[in-house]
Amino acid sequence: MRLLQTGRWITVIGLALLPAVYVRAISFTPVERMQGAAQKIFYLHVPAAIWTESAMVLVGVASIFFLFLKDPRLDRFAEASAEVGIVFGSIVLTTGPIWGKPIWGTWWTWDARLTLTLLLFLMYVGYLLLRGAVTDPGLRARYAAVLGICGMCLVPFVHLSVYMFRTLHPQPIVLKPSAPSLPGSMLATLAFSFVVFTVLFVGFVTQRYALSLLREQAAPHA
Amino acid sequence: MLRHAWRLARKDLLVEFRSRTAILSAVVFTVLVLMVFNFGRDPTAVAAVDLAPSILWVTFTFAAMLALNRAFQLELENQALDGLLLAPVSRSSIYLGKLIANLVFVATVEGIGLPLFALFFNVRVVPVHGPLVGIIALATLGFVAVGTLFSAMTARTRFAELLLPVLLLPFMIPPLIWAVLATATLLAGRPLSEAGGWLRLLAAFDILFVALAFVLFPATVNE
Repeated sequence: MRLLQTGRWITVIGLALLPAVYVRAISFTPVERMQGAAQKIFYLHVPAAIWTESAMVLVGVASIFFLFLKDPRLDRFAEASAEVGIVFGSIVLTTGPIWGKPIWGTWWTWDARLTLTLLLFLMYVGYLLLRGAVTDPGLRARYAAVLGICGMCLVPFVHLSVYMFRTLHPQPIVLKPSAPSLPGSMLATLAFSFVVFTVLFVGFVTQRYALSLLREQAAPHA
Repeated sequence: MLRHAWRLARKDLLVEFRSRTAILSAVVFTVLVLMVFNFGRDPTAVAAVDLAPSILWVTFTFAAMLALNRAFQLELENQALDGLLLAPVSRSSIYLGKLIANLVFVATVEGIGLPLFALFFNVRVVPVHGPLVGIIALATLGFVAVGTLFSAMTARTRFAELLLPVLLLPFMIPPLIWAVLATATLLAGRPLSEAGGWLRLLAAFDILFVALAFVLFPATVNE
């Protein structure tokens, strides 16, 4: 099928560019003065985190439109986006502790940002569990849409809490009102890594979307 | 619409009151959870007042979960839900009715649980009972609103009893965190104004999720 092929090619391009991110991060960016080499994981952690949250917002937006338009494509897209979001979320939750251990001295701390990232991650695991537990496709799509919208509405509360608690996690240094406070080469590497993660995200979602389409065509009444 | 909602809530509560099994089990369950907490802490190492807010809220969370699980399970027997949907009432009033019935149910369990909690853990709740009841009401409204919506969905899935907590807990944890912090401020004898931020967040959560659940509920039952 063509869509699946396209998805595979986009993913291959993304995977091919990923080593370039590593090379740039290791050789072409300055070593951070306080954190040393450990800071290099920043170039994976932040783009993955941005796409995890964007995936969740995409699920929510697709869910809202699904409830109005009842278009099965939107439901398939929400499912694909949630699954890929969970994969990216696992990247965030693994690179985070690896970074945290040398810098904070602990793998995990019940800090607001960490707790709430885990919370959002578990919520989307619940979203997929709900999809798995409902057999009727029409009912499944509507239930998933309701949960997707509720999940998206929880995100602003999570962010508000993050700003209200004192936290170990650094505050945003790039996506903030004033100019980014990091050297140009770091910013360029981050932007490049973000582009690669975007390509990967699009590739994964396209493949996942094509697969669920194929599954529906193979078993239209299942 | 309010009249229909009230009728529905009354029907649920009447069914509950006539049998009394669910409410009794929920109350006994609450007492047992409080007992488990008593043995789960070292009284010489941790003062009761430090642990009290968490004990109170974990107990209420479990009790609410029990109550919410049965809200729509009740309607599955003899296809009662289909009958309810055929009745000439709007979907939104069905939600409101269920919400009211669940709130009364959970409030009853909390009303019995709170004095027992004060008794068991020797917490002085009498001087702060007004604001404390306010915090409990705010937090309970928020998570019962979401829980009523979710239990309408999970009741018709394969692992309803397991799925509801998995879906609902992520939504309960933020209001729970704020409620615990506000309760801790209160029990430590500090003025309630210190917890103003948490209370505003709780209120915002309530307003948003009651409205959202009200709007989304029809999508979970329409055929």
